[in-house]
Amino acid sequence: MRGSRRSGKNGPLRSLFSRPVTGPSPEPPEPPDALNKARLHGSLQLRHIDVGSCNGCELEIASALGPKYDAPQFGVRLVASPRHADGLLVTGVVTHNMIGPLHQTLAALPQPSVIVACGDCAVNGGIFKDAYGVAGTLDEVVSPDVLIPGCPPHPAAIVQALRSLTGR
Amino acid sequence: MTLLLVGLGFCLLGVLTSALPRTYRVPVTASCAALGCALAFCAAMRVLVTGDTVSFHTTLILPLNGFAMTLDPLGALFIVATALVGFASCVYCIGYVRGELQSRSAMGLFVAFILSLLAVPAASSIATLMLFWELMAVSSMLLIVVEHRHRREARDAALWYGVMTQLGAASILLGLLLLTLRGGGQTFTEIKSHADALSPIVRSSAFMLVLLGFASKAGAVPLHVWLPKAHPEAPSPVSAMMSSSMVAMGVYGIIRVGDDLLHGGTVWWWIAVVALGTLSALYGALHATTSTDIKRLLAYSTIDILGLVLIGVGAAGALRDTGHPAVAQLALMAALLLVVAHAGFKGALFLGAGAVERATGTRDLDQLGGLIHRMPVTTTIFALSACSIMAVPTLSGFSSEWLLLQGLLHGFTDASTPTLIALLVGIVALALTGGLTAVAFVKALGIGFLGQARTLGAVNATEVAPTMQIAMALLGAVSIVLGLVPGLVVPLINRAAQSGLSRSTMSPLARGTGLVLAQLRGAIQPAFLFVGAAAVLVAVWLINRRLVHRSARRVDAWGCGRDVQTARMQYTATSFGEPLQRVFADVLRPQSDVELTHVAESRYYEQSLKYQNQVSDAVEQFGYRPVIDAVLRGGKAARRIQNGSIHRYLAFGFVALLVVLVVLA
Amino acid sequence: MPASALQIVLVALGGPLLLGLMAKIRARAEGRVGAPISQPLKDIRKLLSKERLHARHASVVLPLAPIVILAATAVAIGIAPLITTHPALGASADILVIVYLLLTGSVAGALAGLDTGTAFGGMGASRAMTIGALAEPALLVAVIALSIQAGTSNLPAIVSSTLAHPNWVSGPSRLLALVALVIVIIAETGRLPVDNPATHLELTMIHEAMILEYAGPELALVTLGGAMRLGLLFSLVANLFFPWGIGSNGSLVGLLVGVLALALKTSVIAVGVSLIEIHSAKLRLFRLPELLAGAFVMSVLAVITGLVTR
Repeated sequence: MRGSRRSGKNGPLRSLFSRPVTGPSPEPPEPPDALNKARLHGSLQLRHIDVGSCNGCELEIASALGPKYDAPQFGVRLVASPRHADGLLVTGVVTHNMIGPLHQTLAALPQPSVIVACGDCAVNGGIFKDAYGVAGTLDEVVSPDVLIPGCPPHPAAIVQALRSLTGR
Repeated sequence: MTLLLVGLGFCLLGVLTSALPRTYRVPVTASCAALGCALAFCAAMRVLVTGDTVSFHTTLILPLNGFAMTLDPLGALFIVATALVGFASCVYCIGYVRGELQSRSAMGLFVAFILSLLAVPAASSIATLMLFWELMAVSSMLLIVVEHRHRREARDAALWYGVMTQLGAASILLGLLLLTLRGGGQTFTEIKSHADALSPIVRSSAFMLVLLGFASKAGAVPLHVWLPKAHPEAPSPVSAMMSSSMVAMGVYGIIRVGDDLLHGGTVWWWIAVVALGTLSALYGALHATTSTDIKRLLAYSTIDILGLVLIGVGAAGALRDTGHPAVAQLALMAALLLVVAHAGFKGALFLGAGAVERATGTRDLDQLGGLIHRMPVTTTIFALSACSIMAVPTLSGFSSEWLLLQGLLHGFTDASTPTLIALLVGIVALALTGGLTAVAFVKALGIGFLGQARTLGAVNATEVAPTMQIAMALLGAVSIVLGLVPGLVVPLINRAAQSGLSRSTMSPLARGTGLVLAQLRGAIQPAFLFVGAAAVLVAVWLINRRLVHRSARRVDAWGCGRDVQTARMQYTATSFGEPLQRVFADVLRPQSDVELTHVAESRYYEQSLKYQNQVSDAVEQFGYRPVIDAVLRGGKAARRIQNGSIHRYLAFGFVALLVVLVVLA
Repeated sequence: MPASALQIVLVALGGPLLLGLMAKIRARAEGRVGAPISQPLKDIRKLLSKERLHARHASVVLPLAPIVILAATAVAIGIAPLITTHPALGASADILVIVYLLLTGSVAGALAGLDTGTAFGGMGASRAMTIGALAEPALLVAVIALSIQAGTSNLPAIVSSTLAHPNWVSGPSRLLALVALVIVIIAETGRLPVDNPATHLELTMIHEAMILEYAGPELALVTLGGAMRLGLLFSLVANLFFPWGIGSNGSLVGLLVGVLALALKTSVIAVGVSLIEIHSAKLRLFRLPELLAGAFVMSVLAVITGLVTR
């Protein structure tokens, strides 16, 4: 469409040679415990599992991994198989249909692992807490190591929480 | 020579002892035959090491010109390969035979088959050769039908095999007889001395006829249609011998007649051989990737490897008259090394397939799986031989393929254009079959032996008898020895190639543990590669012990969160080969059939759906069956002549008599 | 011998760095800062400290396969002329050995995928072997084109003869072989457009589907083995087609120059492959045979033009 080529939209080759659009990153936060940081050595692979979310948190996670907030620059990556992962990134409230898969995914994780609860639904049930399809909150199944409150949480908050695990 | 004759005598004794009562029959017969093989092996090794040729001639046994045998290094090499597989098969037999195989005729025929295979490379007159050739054909055909009460396909296979092998034998006989046209006798020495006196047309026709027969025996496409039927249906020790030694006899015949008796001939003969080899290699490899019957897969793989051998033989013949006869000898040596290596690993693979069939009751890869836990020895030897045929370095398949590639590569200098094209096509075929063979054997190994067991037959499998394991291990050791230190057998193969190329005196390979080209530049040292790999393995293991010392925890496989994970959800052999089947659908011509039954009330709903996909041999389907159908139709049409009326038959006789009288007058 | 050991260590460290470089270029093209180039090394280090898991139905093949891949790749690196024209076993360092060692690695990976007894393991093995069946012939024939031109398949001899005849580099035979080899490398290392290394959809996976069951130290070995394969393939292309900078006399300065030259050349190739990746979408699985057949035809044309222009 004519006129849609504004100055902000560069092709990939242009982007290679221009400054990245990622905003400046604040100071890294304190790690939840020093042992975690020592184990992960600045590299964190997470397996995302949606146990019953509205996908709002997923959009914010995608944004956190995108160009503006760029979580991968701190060593964070999503992986396909829980065997390759250091932990789970859980979104949504635990529904009846997803309890089995959640247990299977937890069993497939190699130890030691971390559980990150992203969004109010994962943290405490959020607005869906007493709905008919809900089996419980995440901490009834497994106690999360990192909580990211918000409905949905801001991508910068997600990045900061993940940085507390990688230590970078 | 006496040693060989004593060995053959022991085999004959084995045929006779098959008349013993059932309790002693199998061990005694198999031991006699094994001893015969061992003696023949020693005789052949002595000829190869010393380079002498030994002969034997008698006017007894056969009428007219008598019985003549000559053991020269070329024949000795084939006897070595045969004796190795024969010995292993006999040992295997002791643990394997059961049911109809224990009968007198079956055991007698088995030993007769081994006897004929040991004698064919030593025959030195047409009559002797045809005697043992026919004995080989008849005994193997009868052995195919031994278990015909269990499998109907065995009868069909024996019929195809019988007809094609007899046609081939007739063609060979005709070709060889053409060579005696200019007088002289029927012994090979006499034919050789009179070969130059024959006109080129006679020589070419003789070679083509002989090529037709021997190439059919070697399984060259399009004369191969009997192979994928016959080799799976025969009992496993017989299949092993058929696939390792009997097909090698076809190659032996081509080398003997073309290179030795006819002194090399013209270049276009050998380009025809290369063309046959290329077709076989590509066709065999493709069908191996889509076969789900383990023995049919191995049979097509035999066609593939023999195609590569024919490429080597053809390249050797075509390069003979160029400025680099050393390269021709190199190509022939590569072909001979591949024959011996093939005998080793194909024999082990067929014996392993027989062990699997004995333990699980099925040959279908789609019903196997998880055998590595239940049959570890069989799996290890099968895996070793499969890696060898896939040309994994430090095993025998790689050494022979490397040598063949060197022979083709260095032939490009100073070659005429038709030879160049033939060499190029040969290299292309070698490259393509390498990848396709890897697919076929990863399928056979991975789906048949690894993963979870798919049926009860596989679940209940147990390791087979110790004699069977020993036999397989023996042939597996051949792959290792030929792979790690091929330099040890280089002098032997050199002598065989020299005798094949009419007493050449060149040595294209230098001495050493690896394969080192003498005048040209190129070498491999598999032993050092193995040492290097072992060093890395030790290093990784040590680092593992120091840094990462923890044992593994057993967990269920990750199934993407599914609650149910069954063995049925694994890939099958059919699904493994399906992408390649799609890619090469024009060559493979799979036939799909869909049968849809609608619900009676409405055509929009289905009651049942049946889907069938079949990959049959395209050459058989579109080449042979139309011809057979045409012949049958012609026969049916001709039946109308015989309508039962005596008057018509008398009229035929009268007319025929009239015609004869007119012609004679 | 020490040069070969140095080569192995170099590629073991450099392979992951090349992977990191390619990821960085992709990130920059997306307008992101991206993970640092040393990120794959950090990932491997972290994996070494994790727990080791084996699938219940798996056999000894599952833990053995990564070690076999690593050993085959390491031996291939040891005998290849990467920083010096006199590697270990120089007289018997044959390029066909390296091609078949790469095949060994692929076979080991596929067998491990089938050993897990899962659906995706078999799927990955089937697809990877199908691609290998079409890519290995192209690799072999391209390598033979180079061997015919040099008169031998001995690797140090090919490199030395290319150094002695610089005009060969711009010949049509070499250019065709180069294009074919680049396509084959993209297929063998599992980069776009053949395979997306960062995909999460199992049904689109080819190489990752075989390694879904690996965890901890074995996953570290698998990742390292894959990175070393990539490093080896890039280095071979660099030194077979542009061998300048390789150390010829075995002196320390020569080795150092060789290391720097290799690093530079492989980085350039990595940037090139990255740019191809950025501008391609993943091809449909059944379009891949067309691509690989095209590479094969180019290899055959390389041989024919090499023979014709001799």
